[in-house]
Amino acid sequence: MRVTVDQPKCVASGQCVMLAPEVFDQDDDGIVDLLTAAPAPEHHDGVRESAAVCPAAAIHLADR
Amino acid sequence: MTDTHTDTTVELPHHPSPRAAGCPFDPPPALHALQIDKPLTRVRIWDGSSPWLVTRYDHVRTLLGDPRVSAEATRPGFPHRSAGQQASNRARRTFLNMDDPEHARIRRMVTAPFAVKRVEALRPSIQKIIDDLIDQMLAGPKPVDLVQAFALPVPSLVICELLGVPYEDHDLFQRNTKVIVKRDSTPEEVLAATTVLADYLEDLLAAKQVRPEEDLLSELVTKRVATGEMTLRDAAHMSVLLLGAGHETTANMIALGTLALLENPDQLALLRTADDPKVVAGAVEELLRYLNVTHSGRRRVAREDIEIGGEVIRAGEGIIFANEIANRDPEAFAGNPDELDLTRDARRHVAFGYGVHQCLGQPLARVELQAVYSTLYRRIPTLALATGIDQLEFKHDGFVYGVYELPVTW
Repeated sequence: MRVTVDQPKCVASGQCVMLAPEVFDQDDDGIVDLLTAAPAPEHHDGVRESAAVCPAAAIHLADR
Repeated sequence: MTDTHTDTTVELPHHPSPRAAGCPFDPPPALHALQIDKPLTRVRIWDGSSPWLVTRYDHVRTLLGDPRVSAEATRPGFPHRSAGQQASNRARRTFLNMDDPEHARIRRMVTAPFAVKRVEALRPSIQKIIDDLIDQMLAGPKPVDLVQAFALPVPSLVICELLGVPYEDHDLFQRNTKVIVKRDSTPEEVLAATTVLADYLEDLLAAKQVRPEEDLLSELVTKRVATGEMTLRDAAHMSVLLLGAGHETTANMIALGTLALLENPDQLALLRTADDPKVVAGAVEELLRYLNVTHSGRRRVAREDIEIGGEVIRAGEGIIFANEIANRDPEAFAGNPDELDLTRDARRHVAFGYGVHQCLGQPLARVELQAVYSTLYRRIPTLALATGIDQLEFKHDGFVYGVYELPVTW
């Protein structure tokens, strides 16, 4: 799994940080910070759910 | 292009429609029927106009995520919730009624304190607020109105702390917010209440210009007003919004959620005995989905023609998103979505809306509700309704649904 985030689109709903804190964080303004573009398999479900609930569709996933 | 005001000859269903008697937790039956038979349809609203009503979950998400769908309340065709809100939308613009990029620029000025880690850091003080209020309730007479004794003070105290508003003034902001969120309030009443609140918050902001403290209002004046990014009056209007949204919605979730749990004792038992924070967090999502207190829906207007579900929404036509029924869409939620099931995976609900305008305060609301639901029924295991459910007055006339009073005993 390969993760990319679109920071300009992020609206700081914070759901990715709740669902996959090992992969996503927020900067001082609440905007998404990607901690790793290649998350460990045990975090894939959380990342997929994060992408599904992101209200701004700012999380993109690709199989590598 | 169809003019939304000229097709008055067509018989259209009136929106909003009433809930069924004896089913206070369920959306109006008419919405149910529309979701099945006519998921995209025109409805007649208070001013005679005929915006689209969207009832299916996938349509709600698709359209609310579409940049051709505008939140600009000043655009012709925008379906205001009431005459009062129309007047208020015309009198002041906040980021709720702006489109990107302007919306994103303003919203980002206030996102910082709602970041997940900053909200998590507030958890101990939120827990203390809850524990103290329960202590006071247990030491006082019973029955007691849970709304006044607990549901309203919890989020009010929390948002006051976060914004830097003195809680002693709660009567002023709670009373005026009540006017703003009531469907029947006249334009004059809404404008007067908004002005009282904006004046009050402007005074507070001005005081914080001189003596800034560790709170969001101080941050607004030192970082945004001082730099000329925002006027003091704009900051005041934004603060009115944060203060109102910060207490009214969560208060209704606490009181109505408690009632729903008391009516579903097996679910209440599940929550009372839950030791895993994940179980509590899941229960909060299900209660948000099931109750969907923001029952007046999201309001938008199309800026371009949009094809969806075999229909064409024309530029300039209003759109109302009935999230309350979208959250009951059997296509989106497994099992029986009309049942409260705290073990359901409800995480994808649209109770906070969807798209770039999705609720800014949702991390705070989640932590408050998790702390409330995991504490109240443990501390008061015998909590019970002190009246018949049929005696309760529900907020059918509010933009946020709930109960006006909830007499409880133990």
